[in-house]
Amino acid sequence: MKLKGTVTVALKEGIFDPQGAAVKGSLDTLGYAQVEGVRIGKDIVIKLSAASAEEAKALLDEMARKLLANPVTETYRIAVERV
Amino acid sequence: MKFGVVVFPGSNCDTDVFHAIRDVAGADCEFIWHNSTGLTGFDAVVLPGGFAYGDYLRSGALARLSPVMASVYEFAEKGHLVLGICNGFQILLEAGLLPGAMLPNDVLEFRCKWVNLRVENPGTSFTSLYRQGEVVRMPIAHHEGNYHAEQEVLDELERSGRVVLRYVDERGNATREANPNGAARNIAGIVSEKGNVFGLMPHPERCSERILGGEDGKRVFLSMIKSLTQEGRS
Repeated sequence: MKLKGTVTVALKEGIFDPQGAAVKGSLDTLGYAQVEGVRIGKDIVIKLSAASAEEAKALLDEMARKLLANPVTETYRIAVERV
Repeated sequence: MKFGVVVFPGSNCDTDVFHAIRDVAGADCEFIWHNSTGLTGFDAVVLPGGFAYGDYLRSGALARLSPVMASVYEFAEKGHLVLGICNGFQILLEAGLLPGAMLPNDVLEFRCKWVNLRVENPGTSFTSLYRQGEVVRMPIAHHEGNYHAEQEVLDELERSGRVVLRYVDERGNATREANPNGAARNIAGIVSEKGNVFGLMPHPERCSERILGGEDGKRVFLSMIKSLTQEGRS
């Protein structure tokens, strides 16, 4: 079946995210006093075919470990949907 | 004795390194296209600076899958000298030939400037012509030079003398102000456990001749030549 996987890669908690900090500064400027923190990650959207959603998820997990995320600095989560 | 300089799509310091090795340090040197395999005949390999694969995904992440990298891995495993400068250092980290990873500079700026570095270990094949604690000047030019590793990894690097260069001020103190990118413990360069793989963010090839404003980088290449010459004799 045809599937769409989204691998969301984020910096590990505790690692300073200068981009997020800069965006927070600008949100402060806009007056959003409610904002306590901003972190920026990325979505990697992958179209693939697999026998099942589970198989696709396992493949995407392998891709994330091998290439899409750096285990030293990043974490990732995977979502799969049918298209 | 022959050096090889790997050329990835997006490398931009390859010609400078080639010039520093051949014309300044005086060793035989050849370019190695990233699609080649096998490093027969080479005694040392350099991964130059630049933006291999446009730094897409993460610096070095795609470059480490270039065909030549399997040979570089094998070459390093055999104990041959591998030098990674700037983007080359990032590729060595992504390839797992050196521990840790690079984060974007904590200042969010591309930092292009001269920095002071303290030589922490002159006992390596890349630094034998420097003195312990010597402060040298080299240029940096990067956006992702914020070296990061787990505390235990950093402790192990320190214990085993694998932190080779550290960002310092003019007097040799590793202060926060002297750290251009937020690198853990002001680390600018590290070597592998066996000591034959060296990665550094500063550019020794850009300071190997007086006309470039400094010659402090030249001794990296001369140290490598010295090490290879001694190896050849033994």
